[in-house]
Amino acid sequence: MENILEIKDLKISFKTFFGEVEAVRGINFDVGKKETVAIVGESGCGKSVTANSIMQLLPMPPAFFKGGEILFNGENLLNKTEKEMQKIRGNKISMVFQDPMTSLNPTMRIGDQIVEGLKKHRKLTAKEAEKKAIEMLELVSVPQPEKRVKQYPHEFSGGMRQRVMIALAMVCTPELLIADEPTTALDVTVQAQILDLMKKLQDKLDMSIILITHDLGVVADMSDRIVVMYAGQIVESGLTDDIFKNPHHPYTKRLLASVPSLDMSKDEPLHAIDGTPPDLYIPPKGCAFYDRCDRALKICKDYMPESTQHSDTHCSSCWLNHPMAQKVNGTERREA
Amino acid sequence: MGKPLISARNIKKYFHVGEGQLKAVDGISFDIYEGETLGLVGESGCGKSTAGRTIMRLYEPTEGELIFNGKNIYELPRKEMEEVRKNFQMIFQDPYACLNPRMTVEDIIGEPLDIHKTYKTKEERRERIIELLELVGLGEEHAMRFPHEFSGGQRQRIGIARALALNPKFIICDEPISALDVSIQAQVVNLLKELQNQLGLTYLFIAHDLSMVRYISDRVGVMYLGHIMELGESEELYQNPIHPYTRALLSAIPIPNPEIQRGRHRIMLEGDVPSPINPKEGCRFVDRCAYATDKCRQITPKLEEIKEKRFVACHRAKEFI
Repeated sequence: MENILEIKDLKISFKTFFGEVEAVRGINFDVGKKETVAIVGESGCGKSVTANSIMQLLPMPPAFFKGGEILFNGENLLNKTEKEMQKIRGNKISMVFQDPMTSLNPTMRIGDQIVEGLKKHRKLTAKEAEKKAIEMLELVSVPQPEKRVKQYPHEFSGGMRQRVMIALAMVCTPELLIADEPTTALDVTVQAQILDLMKKLQDKLDMSIILITHDLGVVADMSDRIVVMYAGQIVESGLTDDIFKNPHHPYTKRLLASVPSLDMSKDEPLHAIDGTPPDLYIPPKGCAFYDRCDRALKICKDYMPESTQHSDTHCSSCWLNHPMAQKVNGTERREA
Repeated sequence: MGKPLISARNIKKYFHVGEGQLKAVDGISFDIYEGETLGLVGESGCGKSTAGRTIMRLYEPTEGELIFNGKNIYELPRKEMEEVRKNFQMIFQDPYACLNPRMTVEDIIGEPLDIHKTYKTKEERRERIIELLELVGLGEEHAMRFPHEFSGGQRQRIGIARALALNPKFIICDEPISALDVSIQAQVVNLLKELQNQLGLTYLFIAHDLSMVRYISDRVGVMYLGHIMELGESEELYQNPIHPYTRALLSAIPIPNPEIQRGRHRIMLEGDVPSPINPKEGCRFVDRCAYATDKCRQITPKLEEIKEKRFVACHRAKEFI
């Protein structure tokens, strides 16, 4: 498969009063054409920073790139000037944000907001623009689009606003859509509608999607591949089925076990992960999951685990999976 | 099952707004038995939080009764209400907003003790605070710190310790985990379950995370626009939902298992939740329901027991069993 986006050893830090926060610490992944890649992880693991860095929406300073490349169709986005980025943003790569309540301009009509991007990138008459706006609202199944284009965001419900956000992102038929927690602020019935809509549009417009979420149910529903992030690093990545059925990294395993399934007994306790993720002011020398891992080894504390390939598409970073590691059973923490 | 600890009877809470009356809670009735957890689920704006707050009498109810220990607490004068309130506590959604940033943890947890003067000496107060901290998995060393020094999960533990300070019988958990990360959610839910076993607490658990509610609750009530649509034992209700709304709601939960999720049939609901301002007579769900008849438009269905321990508010419920 042809890759539309490749991220190579990307490192992003933030300068703060207390020192440097290493938000993203060397990640590698790619996104194929028409593929949906989900980035999963807890808050603070760097998933949104990664997404914003692709669009170069991070405030700089305090953020700065420490290294790496973001290749979009073979071109490194980090070398682009702001002018060149503006031609890509909204045109080739679009983004849907988490909070539909705050990401629309409350003082602008919905129709104008939808075509704002299109007007920037292509020449349009006012008539054409309105027609296009109505067409887009129809595409995302907003009822009565002729009436709705003239309304303001406050006249829309949360689900409808998120549809508008999607219409806004789709208007230039981008090649890549970055959806940062697109349904977190919505109710489940509305979430179902939105996810369904995104899938349909993906088929129709042949887009690739990067889906950022912490809801594993949504991931199971939407994604082809999964990238699991923890403390600014990718700990495991692979095809959706492989990750769910055969997770290799202890963090992925524990994360999957911590959600109650609809058929589990109520008497067994949930498998919580004790503790909290490490502070990235002083990132740990070894494996970031060391403190919370119940299978940690002595080596984990001091040495960063290498990446192990389990198959062509599946790899994880854990010393336990290292080909040289002794095969042992049991789940106890072993520190000799 | 034992006897009901509290009985809600036809509780209503209306708010006056510019356009008329906003019927946030419009006549809900249920019992909560001692030692059980009743889950309350529904989409945003369905009135589940208002229901919780009205039960606590944080909002004065528009109508209705809440029987606790044989007394209707809505009729109690202020002084007596204060006494009764010791038994009712609340855990809030946002662990960042519900703790006073200028108070130490010791004072936050000690505040209910101060108000109800449950201690004689300073040492006694401190002992109780440390006992509470240990109960929720924190320690003595945390007592002198301020809320900003804690993570979300730890703050929620402080909120729980505060709720437990007066040995309450009944705790309303209003979305206690929705602001937390998945791995931390499990910690807090496990803690709530442990405390329930240890102290014999009764919970009203309000949430929109349906799989978590199923896991923690013995019985579940489904709310839609101020009405309870269905109420039943959680296992039963999730396996065999009867009300068309419950069915649609449950089918919309994404299941974290790609094989099952891909093969599932979703019931898509068209449109949005209608406005709760001046609602029309008739079933609240009628405009989005695939089974609606003329009767549904004219008469509001009552919540009736249609089989053992299962209450459904739908005219056609019998056909769906």
